[in-house]
Amino acid sequence: MSNQTNKPKILILHVSGTNRDAEAARAAELGGGAPEIVHINQLRQGDRSLDDYAMLLLPGGFSYGDALGAGARLALDLRIFFEDQLHQFVDSGRLVLGICNGFQTLVKCGLLPGNQENGEKNAEITPGTTEARRATLTENASGHFECRWVHLQVNPNSPARYLAQIDDLIFCPVAHGEGNFQVVDEITLRALERDNLITFCYVDENGAPVGGAYPANPSGSIADIAGICNPAGNVVGLMPHPEDHVLPIQNPLGRTDRLGLPIFKAMIHAASHV
Amino acid sequence: LEPFGGANTGVGGVVRDILGVSARPIAATNVLCFGPQDYPHSKLPAGLLHPQRIASGVVAGIGDYGNKLGLPTVNGAVFYDEGYLGNPLVFCGCAGLLPTGKHPTNAQAGDQVVVLGGRTGRDGLHGATFSSAELSHDTSETAGSAVQIGDPITEKGLIELIEAARDAGLYTAITDCGAGGLSSSVGEMGKQLGVDVELTHVTLKYPGLVPWEIWLSEAQERLVLAVPAANLPRLHELAKLWDVEVSVLGTFTGDGDLRVRYEGDLVADLPMEFLHDGLPRRHMKALWRDPAQAKVGPAITDSPGNLLLRMLAHPNIASKEEIVRRYDHEVRGGTIVRPFGGPYMDGPNDAAVLKPLGTWEHDRAFSLSVGINPQIGRRDPYAMAISTIDEAIRNAVAVGADPDQLSILDNFCWGNPTLPDRLGALVRTCQGCYDASVAYRAPFISGKDSLYNEYNGTPIPGTLLISAIAIVPDMNHAVTAACKTAGNLLYVIGETHDELGGSLLHALHASTDGTAPTLPANGLENYRRLHQAMRSGLVRACHDLSEGGLALALAEMALGGRLGIDANIAHDDLSALSLLFSESNGRLVIEVAEQDAAQLDSLLAGTPLTHIGIVTEEPHFRIAINGTPQIDLPVDSLVSAWLRQPAREVEPEQ
Repeated sequence: MSNQTNKPKILILHVSGTNRDAEAARAAELGGGAPEIVHINQLRQGDRSLDDYAMLLLPGGFSYGDALGAGARLALDLRIFFEDQLHQFVDSGRLVLGICNGFQTLVKCGLLPGNQENGEKNAEITPGTTEARRATLTENASGHFECRWVHLQVNPNSPARYLAQIDDLIFCPVAHGEGNFQVVDEITLRALERDNLITFCYVDENGAPVGGAYPANPSGSIADIAGICNPAGNVVGLMPHPEDHVLPIQNPLGRTDRLGLPIFKAMIHAASHV
Repeated sequence: LEPFGGANTGVGGVVRDILGVSARPIAATNVLCFGPQDYPHSKLPAGLLHPQRIASGVVAGIGDYGNKLGLPTVNGAVFYDEGYLGNPLVFCGCAGLLPTGKHPTNAQAGDQVVVLGGRTGRDGLHGATFSSAELSHDTSETAGSAVQIGDPITEKGLIELIEAARDAGLYTAITDCGAGGLSSSVGEMGKQLGVDVELTHVTLKYPGLVPWEIWLSEAQERLVLAVPAANLPRLHELAKLWDVEVSVLGTFTGDGDLRVRYEGDLVADLPMEFLHDGLPRRHMKALWRDPAQAKVGPAITDSPGNLLLRMLAHPNIASKEEIVRRYDHEVRGGTIVRPFGGPYMDGPNDAAVLKPLGTWEHDRAFSLSVGINPQIGRRDPYAMAISTIDEAIRNAVAVGADPDQLSILDNFCWGNPTLPDRLGALVRTCQGCYDASVAYRAPFISGKDSLYNEYNGTPIPGTLLISAIAIVPDMNHAVTAACKTAGNLLYVIGETHDELGGSLLHALHASTDGTAPTLPANGLENYRRLHQAMRSGLVRACHDLSEGGLALALAEMALGGRLGIDANIAHDDLSALSLLFSESNGRLVIEVAEQDAAQLDSLLAGTPLTHIGIVTEEPHFRIAINGTPQIDLPVDSLVSAWLRQPAREVEPEQ
C-alpha cells in the first residue's frame, strides 16, 4: 500500500452524461496514477476537494447531454462553482487533461488555449456568453457524429514538455460530433502555432501532414488540430481517445506500437513532480 | 411516425430491460429493415414518410441515445425491401454484465414501491397498443402521443444509480417500466404480494394528468424497485449523488390485491390473481401452404463476375459504413473485433468481440452476432428460421466464440396473426427455430415479438431476427474476416448443395423458385472442430458464407485485406451458379498458413474441409471451376463496388 500512496492522485470528474470515465481511470492506473472517479456533486458538497489531487482529468461523454453545445454547460458549472479553485489548481502547475467532451469543456470555459502572449486572459468571458473566446470546437465538417481510428503526431516543441518523450505516432479512435477546432481569426491561429500550443495534429499513417483531408482529419479542424495546451503546458486537451488504446489487443490493425498510453504515463509522471 | 423518437425509445427500452435484471448495460446492437432508399417519391403511398427520411431519422435516433449512454454499438444489420415501406422495423439489442447472484427477486410485504428516473407525462400513452396496431395513412394523425420522448442523460443516471444500489444491496426486486407503464411494472412486481399505491406521489412532467394517464403513461427512463423502508435514506442519498429523482408510491401489502389511489380515493381495486391469470387462452387458426407456383425469374445471362459486382453493390450487402460510423463502437475500450477490419478498416467482419471493463484480469471475452434473412422466408419460413439461426451461430464461431457456450434470442415481427396464412407462416418459423435450436444445443434465453405489422392490409415480410451471445474463451485468438498474408491457403468448411431458393442471386432476378437452404449435417460438430483449430491459433482469417455464397464471401475477404485470391472449385455435380452463389448453411472460409495445413487436417478430421485456393500478393480476384475461369476481377473493382463509390458504379447488364 505504501507504493499506492506514492502514485499521484488523479481526479476523474463525472457529471451527468459522462461516459468515458471508467476507461480513463483504467488508462490513468496503467499510466502509473491513482485515479478516483469523483462526481461533481461530491465536489460541490465538499465531500472531495480538488486541492487534494495532483491531476484533474475531464473524460469524454455528453455532459448534460451537450444540450447547450458540447461541454458548454459543464464549462458553466466549472466557472460558476469552481472558478477560484480551478485557477489555483492550474496556476500551481498541476496538470489538467481534457479528452473529447473534456477538451470541449476546457475550451469553452476558457482554460484552453489559456492566457495569450499579451497576458490577457482569453478566458475573460461572462458565463453564458462567448464573446471573448478566440477558439472553439464546433460541429464536424461532415455534419454528424463519427467514430474512426486516427493517427496523431505529438508536437515535440510544445510547452507540455513532458510529452516530447513520445517519439512514436499515436493511434486511437475519435468518437465525436463536435470536434472541429476553429479559431476566430488568422492572428489567433498564428499565435497558437508560434507558441507551439498545437500539441496534437492529425497525420496520416506515415506521420505526414494531411492538409485537412478527410478522413485522416475526421472533423475538418483547422491546421489539422487534434489537441492543444495552454502556454504553461500544464493544461492539455484533445479530441481523440488515447484511453481506448492502452493495450495492443485494442489495436484494430494488429500492431503492438502507437499506443495512447504514453500520454498518460508522461502526464502522470509530470504530475508527480509538480 | 417519428423515426428519431421511435429509435430513441428502442435503445432506451432495451437498455432498461438490462437494468431490470440489475445488470450494467455494456454494448448495443441494432438491426434495421427499411424500404428501398431510392424508392420513387411519386409511387410512395399517401401518409408514408420516405424510406430515406425514416432511415436517417432512425440512425440519428439510435446514435443519439446509444452514444450518449456510452454504449458501444458494435453489431447489426440493415435490410432493404419494399415490404417495409409502410412498416419499417428497428430492432435494438443490449448486452449487460451482472455479477453472479446479484439480481434480487424477493420483494417482501412492507417493502416500498419506489419509482426512479424520469418524470411521467402524456408521452407514450397507448404506445404498446400502437406498436401492435395495423397502420394506415391517417395513423400519424391519430396516434401522435404514442411515441415517447427519450432522454438518454436521465437514463445514464439510472445506469449508475442501479449499479450502486445493487452493489449496496438496497432493493429486493426491480423491474423496468416499459409497455403499459406503471400498470404493468407495478402490477408485475406485486403479482405475489399485492400493492397499494398513491398516484399523486408520481412526479409529473406537467400537471393535468388524470389517474389513468399516470397509470398507463409509457414515459421513458423509469424503473420500479421494491425497497425495504430501512434502506430508503441510503437510496435517496445515492440518487442525489447521481442526479436521479425518486418517488415512493406505496407499499407491497401481502394481501394479493392491486389497489391504486388518487388523492386517497381508490381508483382501481382488483385481485392480482384475476389480473395475471384471468385471461382465457385463445385458440387461433393457422394454415400453411407451400408456395407451390413459385415464380421463376428471367434466365440469368449475366457473367459470374458481373453478378458478383452487382451483389457487392446491392444495398443489403454493400458497406454500411455510412451508418455504422455514426455510432460509437469504441467507448468502454473493450472492442476487440469491430464492425470493420483489414488494413483500411473497411472490410466486413462477421460479429463483434468485446472485453468488458472490469474483467481484464482474464482473457475471456464475448461475441455478439445476428442472423436475419426475410428473403428466404418468402420461399419457406421454416428454412428462414434454420438459416437465420445457423447464420447467427456461424457468425459467432467465425470470430472465435465457443459454440458450446452460446445462447440465442429471437425477435419476430409479423403480420396480423388472426389471419390463418400469417399465423401458419409464423408456426412454420417456430418449428424451424425449435429444430435448429435443438440441433445446435443453443438455448433461447430471451426474445420479443411484434405482431399486426400491416399497412393498409398488406403485411411486412415475416421477419425473424436471431441474435447470439457467446463466450470467446481467449480474446487473443479472436479472428477477423479480411485476408491476412499472401501465400496462405484458403479452405471451405461444410458442404455446398444446390440451395438457391431465397438466395441473393434469385432476389437479383426476382425469382422465387429453388430449394431453400436446410440444416447442415453435423453442423455443431463442425463448428466445434473449427473452434478448436482457432484455439490452437491456426486460423488467420475466417468468414462465414451467407448471402451471395462462396463467391461473395471470398470477395469480401479479399477486399477487406486488399489482397488477391486465386481459387479453384473442383466439382462435378452442381451448376456453376450453385457452386458460386448457393447459400447452403454450415459453411465458412478460413485462411491458414501453409505450415499449419497438416495440423488443420487432423483437427478437422471428419469435417468436410476443401482446399479451395490461395491468398495472393497481386490484388486480383480469380475463381475457376474445374480449372475454367469464372470470375476474374481486380480487387479494386470489388472494393469500389462494395463501398459503392460513385465513380465506378456497377450497372446490371441489360
